Amino acid sequence: MSLAPARLPRLLASAGPGRATTLAEHLAGDGLGRPAEVAPAALREEVERAGLRGRGGAAFPTARKLDAVARGRRAVLVANGAEGEPASRKDALLLARAPQLVLDGVALAAAAVGAREAIVCVRERSTAARVALAAALAERAGSGRDAVPVRIEPIPDGYVRGEETALVRQLDGGPGLPTATPPLPFARGVGGRPTLVQNVETLAHVALIARHGADWFRTLGTDASPGSALVTVSGGVAHPGVREIALGTPLRTLLEQAGADTGALRAVLVGGYFGTWLPASVALGATLDDAALRPLGAALGCGVVAALPLDACGVAETARLARWLAGQSAGQCGPCFHGLAAIAGQLDALAHGRAAPDALARLRRWTGGEVAGRGACRHPDGAVRLVRSALTVFAAELDDHARRGPCAACRRTPLLSLPRRGADAARIEAAA
Amino acid sequence: MSDGLRVDPIACTAHGLCAELLPERIRLDDWGYPLLDERPLTPELVAHARRAASACPTLALRLGREQRARSG
Repeated sequence: MSLAPARLPRLLASAGPGRATTLAEHLAGDGLGRPAEVAPAALREEVERAGLRGRGGAAFPTARKLDAVARGRRAVLVANGAEGEPASRKDALLLARAPQLVLDGVALAAAAVGAREAIVCVRERSTAARVALAAALAERAGSGRDAVPVRIEPIPDGYVRGEETALVRQLDGGPGLPTATPPLPFARGVGGRPTLVQNVETLAHVALIARHGADWFRTLGTDASPGSALVTVSGGVAHPGVREIALGTPLRTLLEQAGADTGALRAVLVGGYFGTWLPASVALGATLDDAALRPLGAALGCGVVAALPLDACGVAETARLARWLAGQSAGQCGPCFHGLAAIAGQLDALAHGRAAPDALARLRRWTGGEVAGRGACRHPDGAVRLVRSALTVFAAELDDHARRGPCAACRRTPLLSLPRRGADAARIEAAA
Repeated sequence: MSDGLRVDPIACTAHGLCAELLPERIRLDDWGYPLLDERPLTPELVAHARRAASACPTLALRLGREQRARSG
């Protein structure tokens, strides 16, 4: 294992500006030897020592997933780049810039679990990612780097489509809807076979760990959250976009790098649109690792950070997100379908000053435990987490809206972007 | 969890029979879907739980293996 400096960037290190790293550049730079040369058991052990956790949102220990799938037979590897979270761009950027690194991770993880085939799922709308991935795969043909066949599967937009069980169902020719668990995909996934579903960024880290080792991996980050991670910064910042950070980086540092006016910040949304609002005072003292975020009721999730300046309205922004999240319910589970719509409705009524007197009490009850944890997938949990944090962080504004109706900031263009509706709906329908 | 009551949230279509047959552990939310009490079933309740599970029109309510064995 070679020594490499403990500095950033790692994942985007060999990427050319604005284009994908070619196979030749990848091999000259950070490319590892043939993936087949790494012993599967040794890699699983190294990943465990590295303490790598999934970067798709759930932060599940990667080694445990590898072990669980490796115990089965004739496994399938699914690299998840569906990126259903609307504020996240990191997977698309990684695939567009460093597809060879991801594909090395795919080959290594496939070998580590004894997979017979690998499928790389990519967000259909991310054209650059799809093109780069296809070109990278073509370059690798005949290179001997891929011991198992790899194919690319475009996934249409839709929040729950990237969820593990929904992904498996689509790959089996079904609709992009989650299934009730158990069984989880690691036990029964694509074609009924044990399936390792792993985020594409996680797989890129696996490739780097195979190349440089666990000790190197741990030279960045904290003991509990080692390594680096890709984050997407959006909202009220001068330079939105994807950045690679060492886990444990102060949120203030990231916001400053992205050009936020940290003196005029109202709140920060951490973890995505299914994440948690933190008031500015708390956010500016927080670091970006789950051990530090957990006591604040937050998690880094898929690495989305959105800044809300003082002159924006947290009530209007949250009501809009809640409405969108409700619309993204697959509609399979009653508590999610009805609950999220009801929550969005009450929030909307509050934001417009036409809520019934018990609206806030109802919202508290619904977000307090009558909706979360009651769907087949985690979609309702995430939407509830967002709204629950808004009820606390924007308590004063909510009260004000309830009594006086929309504020001046409500009329401004919303800050947090959502996918354009028409285009998405058409895509989803055409694919169904 | 595995030895208690469980609801398959996709299969459940809010008939609400379970809450009538086992009010000690199941109440309905504002939309008619069951909210399960997490406390373990007492021996007296197991028979009622079994009845509630078999009465579910969509077979969404299930009783874990251990409870079935203990009661059967």
